[in-house]
Amino acid sequence: MDMSQTDAPIEPVDAAHESAVSTRNISKNYGEVEALRDLSLEFPRGQLTSLLGPSGCGKTTLLKIIAGLLEPTSGEVEVNGKTVTGPGPDRAFVFQDFALLPWASVIRNVAFGLEMRGVPKAEREDRAAHYIKEVGLGGFENAYPHELSGGMRQRVGLARALSVDSQVLLMDEPFSAVDEQTRRKFQEDLLNLVRNENKTFIFVTHSIEEAVYVSDQIAILLPRPSRVSEIIRPTGFRHKDADNIRRDPEYLDIVDQIWASLRTYVE
Amino acid sequence: MTLFGYRLPGMSSLILWGLLWEIVGQTGLTFFVPPLSEVIATLVEVIQTAAFQKALYETAYAFIAGVFFAIVIGIPVGILMGRTRLLDELLLPWVNVFLSAPLTALVPVLMVLFGFGMKAIIITTTLFAIWIIILNARAGVKQINRSLVEMAHSFGASPWDAFTKIYFWAALPEILGGVRIGIIRAVKGVIIGQLLISIVGFGALFELYSANFLMGHFWAVLIVLFALAFTISEFLAYLERRVSYYADKR
Repeated sequence: MDMSQTDAPIEPVDAAHESAVSTRNISKNYGEVEALRDLSLEFPRGQLTSLLGPSGCGKTTLLKIIAGLLEPTSGEVEVNGKTVTGPGPDRAFVFQDFALLPWASVIRNVAFGLEMRGVPKAEREDRAAHYIKEVGLGGFENAYPHELSGGMRQRVGLARALSVDSQVLLMDEPFSAVDEQTRRKFQEDLLNLVRNENKTFIFVTHSIEEAVYVSDQIAILLPRPSRVSEIIRPTGFRHKDADNIRRDPEYLDIVDQIWASLRTYVE
Repeated sequence: MTLFGYRLPGMSSLILWGLLWEIVGQTGLTFFVPPLSEVIATLVEVIQTAAFQKALYETAYAFIAGVFFAIVIGIPVGILMGRTRLLDELLLPWVNVFLSAPLTALVPVLMVLFGFGMKAIIITTTLFAIWIIILNARAGVKQINRSLVEMAHSFGASPWDAFTKIYFWAALPEILGGVRIGIIRAVKGVIIGQLLISIVGFGALFELYSANFLMGHFWAVLIVLFALAFTISEFLAYLERRVSYYADKR
């Protein structure tokens, strides 16, 4: 089974496997504590890669290093061939706790990234309005975050990250703070997003099912010392529609296989 | 509060206290408390005099200038202290010392440094108000959600953007609380300044009336002063309520 996407034109093989983001020999120490050790990982362009592992395995630390929010103790991150020295317009971040400005309306929140880039008000509000509809929040442009449910707030966070049109989307456990049903809907929407947006997604999660459901590639991180233990590429059910994935035998096998390798690390 | 099923408007209790005042005054127990009705009659009379209007102008000028400097210096200093460890370590002991120090005792020193004029009064007013404004702005910044800061950083906010678009707004409920308390302290500051440094403004009126046992006049000016301070404080409390919807959700 190849990785071609349903309605995108078939790309040359080497382009499909080209990396949008590479991390090379990343180590990160907090004083005595080793959060990451010598971690190298490739993130293929246009695909979704999950960082999966038990808590304390450094997956969020790695994501923040890629984002440029944390500096690695050693090693380097390349995004589209350029070494990362800090946050940049080529990456956008979706936060676990949404990180919305509580004093600003939905449209101002979504336009915040564009505002920081100096886009004029009329233009950024046009683009923000477009992405607010895209994530299904049309009509809530002038609502405030405290008037929205957790799921809707994360849609605002997602629209904000999409509206700056970065090639790489970094998502830090984006669905962990929303309820189960909303999370399932999010996961389905995310599959469509990966299909349609032609961006590279890096997705941190601690849910095995979620990782297998949404990922083209899963990097399993193990703690003490943190390292990549395994890379899994579920391919058999990627072309299936959202409803059938959870019944696919390969899906179930991979979930079991990952649990088998993680269970010893869970207290 | 409701009484016999009627909803009483705010501050109805003042009516009760006013009545008590009137009764005590009418009995003539002490010259110190003339009847409220007499005080109010004096109030109407006093307000129209040129001396009162001049005093009001002098006091308002010193008060507004003093509060202005307290806010314009206090808020940025507080925010910077909340963000910068070094600055915080350097300044926090002093802020705490001055917050609890009997500032009145410092006024003679200010007179030596800045003379006997308006300048020293304005500085006294600022010194009364500024410390609590600094501390509150600092506290507001300290409790800011880390991920808001990371969010701004990740979308490329400059330090100025972060200051004006994140830190200031995130700390605004605490800042307004600090300004409200600071302004109440500034009222004390300006009157103490006018009593100790140079006898001008309301300070001069208080001095004049109490020295001549004009208690009706004395109370009248005090009521005016209280009403002004109360109005400003209530206005700020109103602004605080406007931002309270997000105060517990940052």
